[in-house]
Amino acid sequence: MDSTRHTVRSYDDKLNQLNNFISEMGGLAEAQLAAALDAVGKRNSELAAKVIVQDEAIDKIEAKVDEAAVELLALRQPMADDLRQVLASLKIAQILERVGDYAANVAKRATVLNQLPQVEPARSVPRMGRLVEQMIHEVLDAYAKRDADAALRVWHRDEGVDSLYDSVFRELLTYMMEDPRNITACTHLLFVAKNIERIGDYTTNVAEIIYFLVKGVPLTEARPKADTTSFTVFNPPAS
Amino acid sequence: MAVAEKIAPGASSTVYHVKKGEQGTVLDIDDFNLWYGTSQALFDVSMTIERGLVTALIGPSGCGKSTLLRSLNRMNDLIDGLSIKGSVLLEGADIYDKRADVIALRKRMGMVFQKPNPFPMSIFENVVYPLRVDGVRDRRRLEETAEQALRGAAFWDEAKDRLQENALGLSGGQQQRLCIARAIAGDPEVLLMDEPCSALDPIATAKIEELIDELRGHYSIAIVTHNMQQAARVSQNTAFMYLGRLIEYGETRAMFTVPKVRQTHDYVTGRFG
Ligand SMILES: Nc1ncnc2c1ncn2[C@@H]1O[C@H](COP(=O)(O)OP(=O)(O)O)[C@@H](O)[C@H]1O
Ligand SMILES: [Mg+2]
Repeated sequence: MDSTRHTVRSYDDKLNQLNNFISEMGGLAEAQLAAALDAVGKRNSELAAKVIVQDEAIDKIEAKVDEAAVELLALRQPMADDLRQVLASLKIAQILERVGDYAANVAKRATVLNQLPQVEPARSVPRMGRLVEQMIHEVLDAYAKRDADAALRVWHRDEGVDSLYDSVFRELLTYMMEDPRNITACTHLLFVAKNIERIGDYTTNVAEIIYFLVKGVPLTEARPKADTTSFTVFNPPAS
Repeated sequence: MAVAEKIAPGASSTVYHVKKGEQGTVLDIDDFNLWYGTSQALFDVSMTIERGLVTALIGPSGCGKSTLLRSLNRMNDLIDGLSIKGSVLLEGADIYDKRADVIALRKRMGMVFQKPNPFPMSIFENVVYPLRVDGVRDRRRLEETAEQALRGAAFWDEAKDRLQENALGLSGGQQQRLCIARAIAGDPEVLLMDEPCSALDPIATAKIEELIDELRGHYSIAIVTHNMQQAARVSQNTAFMYLGRLIEYGETRAMFTVPKVRQTHDYVTGRFG
């Protein structure tokens, strides 16, 4: 419901600006994650270094979102979907900033991993990452189009990420048990996988925010949960 | 005042999602139409005022908010060439019935206007004015009512030591609280307020809003306001009017967060005109 303009034009300008910041941040976060995954998958330390440096760009836009949102709240006292728009921008910006942090962390671990001998799961972890990258892409698309149904579809896909994380986790455990020399690399990969899984969770949060933004009512269904790793018990093989 | 003959019945298309009061309905406006001469100002308005709740009337200037409010205590009767069709039931009895006692009706409906209108007499005499009109002379009763009404209007502490001073010497915000005290001194059932804060500064406005919050429950309040945030803060139900029609009438929270009608949305988000 936002085809008509506000009587005060600068109100529209500010809201548009807020939207543009989110798209810009979203594009950056998505690219950062893609590059970080490449850094792991292709053992590219140069790329990893770039990701680490570029994280600051996301933080800078987040600060601009905060500023624009506070100004809108103070000067316009937005109502109805305008208010949800401002709140959604604030929340999504915060999430994208966290996504950027996780991507940078993946890149840092890539620089360490690249100095160690390659282990097999270094391939399945980025595969899981691609799925999450795709989800971010789709959720940003849903945001741009204010498409609650598309957001809901992304939200459901997190189940896939959780079960992938589950299998990656088991795979890594197996490699560590097989040969203790794999432990350092596998531990870093475990954290990489965990970071990716967290980004998936954050993506579902964005989907929930979009749903509320569009519909005005919260997405009440319980979040899907298939990740059972917290309950996995490590049983060393009997010798 | 004449009651108009038949007019073509316009299909009412109001969207309703009203919060029902725990104490039932006090006013029931049914298919109400009003003309100033030949110019129609209200079209097929149907709504209830829930007892004990605050009902806000919002909409752009000239949409008929004041006209509707003044129809509820028949203040419009004084206007030449006025005609109406439809009914307004106060506790089930039509206030426009030929046998209705207009004076008695107005006593049941206290009214507060945009511009504070204290009479040029003492604070005390202003408050007890409704009792004076009734011929009450018992000093104790007058004093008790004055204190009670001034307390009710959150004005007692400021006024108690200057009851004999002329009311015209008060500040705007104090004058408005005095007018509210006068309105409740007659022990009405309904308080009608037409933009009661628009002549007041923000602090005085906040005091009136706080007062409205305290008065609700005991009184049923209908308030016209231009200030959307005020409507959102003080009321439980909000009616949005446009060009003499009731477009949407529902629970205030929903009206300002997820309005169901496009025009309501455009108005509350500042996209109008
Ligand atoms: N006494 C009157 N005589 C003729 N027309 C009037 C009178 N009072 C109001 N109107 C007209 O009725 C319409 C509704 O006015 P009003 O109820 O004052 O609107 P609001 O309170 O929403 O600003 C307007 O077009 C206004 O010009
Ligand atoms: Mg008016």
